[in-house]
Amino acid sequence: MIRGRVWRFGDHVDTDVIIPARYLNSSDPAELGKHCMEDADPQFASKVRPGDIIVAGENFGCGSSREHAPIAIKAAGVVCVVAKSFARIFYRNAFNMGLPIVECPHGVDRIQEGHEIEVDLEQGKVRNLTLGEVYPSAPIPPFMQELLSKGGLLGYVRERMGR
Amino acid sequence: MTIAEKILADHAGLREVVPGEIINAKVDIALGNDVTAPIAIESFKDLGADAVFDPERVVLVPDHFTPNKDIKSAQQCKVIREFAREQGIQHYFEVGRGGIEHALLPEQGIVVPGDLVVGADSHTCTYGAIGAFSTGVGSTDLAAAMILGELWFKVPASMLFIYYGRRGDFVTGKDYILYTIGLIGVDGARYRAMEFTGEAISTLPMDERFTMSNMAIEAGGKVGIIVPDKVTLDYVKVRAKRPYKVYKSDEGACYVETLEIDVSKLTPLVALPHLPENVRPVEEIGNIPVDQVVIGSCTNGRITDLRQAADILKGKKVHPYVRLIIIPATQEVYKEAMREGLFEVFLEAGAAISTPTCGPCLGGHMGVLAEGERAVATTNRNFVGRMGHPKSEVYLSNPYVAAASAVAGRIAHPREVL
Ligand code: SF4
Repeated sequence: MIRGRVWRFGDHVDTDVIIPARYLNSSDPAELGKHCMEDADPQFASKVRPGDIIVAGENFGCGSSREHAPIAIKAAGVVCVVAKSFARIFYRNAFNMGLPIVECPHGVDRIQEGHEIEVDLEQGKVRNLTLGEVYPSAPIPPFMQELLSKGGLLGYVRERMGR
Repeated sequence: MTIAEKILADHAGLREVVPGEIINAKVDIALGNDVTAPIAIESFKDLGADAVFDPERVVLVPDHFTPNKDIKSAQQCKVIREFAREQGIQHYFEVGRGGIEHALLPEQGIVVPGDLVVGADSHTCTYGAIGAFSTGVGSTDLAAAMILGELWFKVPASMLFIYYGRRGDFVTGKDYILYTIGLIGVDGARYRAMEFTGEAISTLPMDERFTMSNMAIEAGGKVGIIVPDKVTLDYVKVRAKRPYKVYKSDEGACYVETLEIDVSKLTPLVALPHLPENVRPVEEIGNIPVDQVVIGSCTNGRITDLRQAADILKGKKVHPYVRLIIIPATQEVYKEAMREGLFEVFLEAGAAISTPTCGPCLGGHMGVLAEGERAVATTNRNFVGRMGHPKSEVYLSNPYVAAASAVAGRIAHPREVL
């Protein structure tokens, strides 16, 4: 169960907005986190608090296949992204990097910035605690939960290798 | 089930899969290039892995910045060359013996029908043309696939595209796919498998089918798959390095959407900057002068493409203000073009012929554009700055239109120069 305060974004948030290409000369998570969402909201990295949640519209994470995007979001302190839909390679990369993401096509339009929400990955539910509403979301399959619990794909591989 | 679902199910050891389901499946081939493999190799080493899951099923192709364009790319190539030697990787392709990965793998029979292929390169979807499920992934995925020989997949829903009618002169597979992208947009097939079928696909030569599957990603698709038929099997038979399995979509297979496209209505198309969905018939473009024309890439650098270019260029001269660069996609294509006398045609016309490389396709080398310059290219992406300066422009077309534009000095219909 993930509970947190919402930062709200629109449709088609691309990987250049999540982490601009000019910062890709570093792969240090802390450095990437400082510039997370900078081109959509320059203050974002300073306002966001550990445990916060991003809620966005369609096609979140479209654009390049850079793995820096989910790394930047995680490093900024965001614990989950809820969107109507995600771009395909971002979807993969997020789970591979250990960032839970949830598709919630019917709830997103009701959720406003500053709302308090609770995401139930297993059951496939997003609870809006501010409004007292519940929206169905695509449940995270057991394998993906396992991936998340191991901190991402490399953690999973390490365990499979018996190390 | 659709062909895409059947291949995924079989590789996951399941009787059935449904769209949206997440599965763990064995991969037949894991591919990396000089840009993406070094990162995967770093993860491989960080994890303390000693060996790849199968040295015959990991493929490494230096093609983006090769022959090494600078010190940084030389270092990257060195990383993969040393890794290939250390791991005894069979399918490592050195400069002079390889070419562009997505033209090379099917040509060498490394990928066969029914395979599940992952590649750390978005145009891995190209092999859908021979009835394989192949898709682009990130470098971490490649590391995992190289170690475990398996990877997780979310089963995509399938979209069916039925092409019918007789195509007119100078209309190619490139025009079918550009039209399709124009129709559904650059995210029209997001999360989905595209399946191409119909009488106009049956009559399409293998090389033009590769062009179509190659650009599935430009519509956001995970794969662009074609059920194998006689054309496929004739191509595969003489090349396959392994036994293969032909999958077909069931009669009652479920598609989220079915679109029908009458190819007899198509004329040669051009995708205007800066998105592959900005598609217009070449006749409607108006007078647009060009500085450079590139014929090559994993989209249109095969022998059929070079023959089409030669049909137009025979006995003609490249316009004095245009640089025409022709890049056979692989060493085999290069040799065949030479045997057929195509190089004679190109050289007489005033074109430069390059050794196989991605080169200008991603603004790497061998023809980078200056500020304000404009190119017609047979490649697949026309994003801002794709071939060089952020203020340069790329127009995507088939090889006939590209060659005609090189002669005319502006974007031209092939009829105008013949
Ligand atoms: S030719 Fe272009 S699109 Fe194809 S693999 Fe090379 S860089 Fe990518």
